[in-house]
Amino acid sequence: MKKIWIVAVAVILVIALAACGGNKGSAPSAPAPGPGGSPGNSAPAGGGGGPSTTQPLVVGFIYIGTINDGGYTQSQHQATMALQKALGDKVKCIWLENIDDTNSQAAQDAAKQLIDQGATVVIGTSFGFGDGLFQMAQSGNYNNIKFLHFSGSNINDTNFGNYFGAMEEPRYLSGIIAGMQTKSNKIGYVAAYPNTEVQIGINALALGAQSVNPNATVSVVYINSWYDPAQEKAAAEALLSQGCDVIAQHSDTPGPMLAAAAAGKLGIGYDLDNSQLDGLQDSYLTAPIWHQETYLIPAVTAMINGTWKPESYYGNMADGMVALAPLTKNVTPEAKAKVEQVEAQIKAGNFPIFKGPIYDNQGNEVVKDGQTLDRAAIWTTNYLVKGVTAAQ
Amino acid sequence: MEAFLAASIVAAMPLLFATLGELITEKSGSLNLGVEGMMLMGAVIGFITAFYTGNPGAALLGAFAAGAGGALIFAVITVTLRGNQVVTGLTLTIFGTGFSSFVGDPLIGQSVPQAVQAYFAARPIPGLGDIPFLGPVFFRQDVFVYLGYVLVVLVSIYLYKTRFGLNMRAVGENTAAADASGVNVDFQKYAHIVFGGGLCGLGGAYLALVFVPMWQADVVTGRGWIAVALVIFASWNPTKAFFGSFLFGALSILGLRLQSMGFQISQYLVDMFPYVATIVIVILSTHKNRKEDLPPADLSVPYFREER
Repeated sequence: MKKIWIVAVAVILVIALAACGGNKGSAPSAPAPGPGGSPGNSAPAGGGGGPSTTQPLVVGFIYIGTINDGGYTQSQHQATMALQKALGDKVKCIWLENIDDTNSQAAQDAAKQLIDQGATVVIGTSFGFGDGLFQMAQSGNYNNIKFLHFSGSNINDTNFGNYFGAMEEPRYLSGIIAGMQTKSNKIGYVAAYPNTEVQIGINALALGAQSVNPNATVSVVYINSWYDPAQEKAAAEALLSQGCDVIAQHSDTPGPMLAAAAAGKLGIGYDLDNSQLDGLQDSYLTAPIWHQETYLIPAVTAMINGTWKPESYYGNMADGMVALAPLTKNVTPEAKAKVEQVEAQIKAGNFPIFKGPIYDNQGNEVVKDGQTLDRAAIWTTNYLVKGVTAAQ
Repeated sequence: MEAFLAASIVAAMPLLFATLGELITEKSGSLNLGVEGMMLMGAVIGFITAFYTGNPGAALLGAFAAGAGGALIFAVITVTLRGNQVVTGLTLTIFGTGFSSFVGDPLIGQSVPQAVQAYFAARPIPGLGDIPFLGPVFFRQDVFVYLGYVLVVLVSIYLYKTRFGLNMRAVGENTAAADASGVNVDFQKYAHIVFGGGLCGLGGAYLALVFVPMWQADVVTGRGWIAVALVIFASWNPTKAFFGSFLFGALSILGLRLQSMGFQISQYLVDMFPYVATIVIVILSTHKNRKEDLPPADLSVPYFREER
């Protein structure tokens, strides 16, 4: 009798292991690799001059979340799929999901696993992966591997580059919509942590809102988590109960958008265009979103051609790396016209988002009249602008 | 204030179901630390059942069955095989988390069908809902919440007013004595572990079906651990578990509400409150040493009849 139980438990554990294993990264069913094993010079399908190989370049991505999380990682993965589609059989994208970004070891283990699977390019897509990958690049043991890091600043001369985008531009535009469509002049903002990236986003949205509505204020609630669907929704409910009638967010799930929809108010998402999600059709305005493929495709193409050099890339709306999701029917024609006007100026390069005079919410002048902030100056932000209330 | 307290009840519900479930489990002498895992199993199966059948009753049954199924694994390992309860419970949490991520993966971003959402919409109780202050806080909620109220009463009666409850408490306090007096120890443990697991599953389902009616991976995010602390906070008493859940639910959203009102308060600090409160209660109850506030004497002790 006892043996039967032990066998039963063993079976359960095996199923459990299979379940866990199945959740980890899998290769896409995309193009089969070229004719491996056959030596010699079989010509690539596309033909043409210049250097060409029969083996695809294997690019390995390290993700913090799952590829269908409805937010951050899903937007990353859309870029990966766009890269795969654009370069066809010249590249093979592989990935690992749910990698812990709070310790360097996890990032390094993931990178080694990708390298074992043939990756010669490793891309870490969360801030916390940066230091672990940079250590590998600097160790000298991985000189044949190229590393890219999203959202960090590490760089070396040979094989480590980084990329990010001016999310403040579409944030500012979404602020214009919020400022024009709020009736209570109170905009709610559900945010993860009070760090520089989040503060830049809050400031950009507030400045955008105040550019069209000087009375607009932004109330921020930090939830101390990037990912907590229920707490994100509860935070938005708290803001709605205080009279906020537009909810924006810098966190990873549609929780705040659900709260806005349930209350019959308006919502501005993040990362991904979620306007089609069930129940959001009458509340969703737009979202500042990523199109990281606009950097990845040229960068990986350069790697294939052997012309890639490490760089510190900062995309913007002009090159399309960041964008405002298509405006929904809930955006008023006036707001739409204003957004289109400012968007054209931003894309033309003559509309700095952070232009003095800017005051922080303590009343200090942080940017002088006539002065504008460049990328380096923007990323030293440690204040919130006038009209923003938040716990520090 | 009314709105805040009403929202606190909603925030308290996942905690209440899970706390009652763990309370029943512990009263019968088993410490199951797999609450988080069982909640997630209940959440995902409840969601999937709702998604494919559109039937709220089936969704609740599915969620209960999933939590009970997780608890059954725990019961087999700890009662029949006499494995270590702490290790098994922790493993169940890891298993349940993986299970829900894996099974729910294709459904992320999908919504609970309108019929089910409508069923779980707020329904004021005629009469009670009109009482000033108490009405809006307690009696203009959804049916899931009312189920929670009823459950608190039923569990209290069961534990303290019935022979079954007496037998079950005897097993938890002194397994050998219960065995000697003719109580079927293994049956008692199995029944209460499995039923407790089912309640944990319902706690998870409240999050996935009612509060965030769109499937998101790991929707429970640590509430199972708060429930484990709450059982201690409530000193194994269902009525105290209700007020404890209410308090912890209120504390979980208090920081958000204060921030939204413009108070300069750190969310880090507010996040600490429930745990500080638990530590204080444990110190107080140990200090007073009142018998009814102490954990069941044979909690987490595997029972070997031959070793008496």
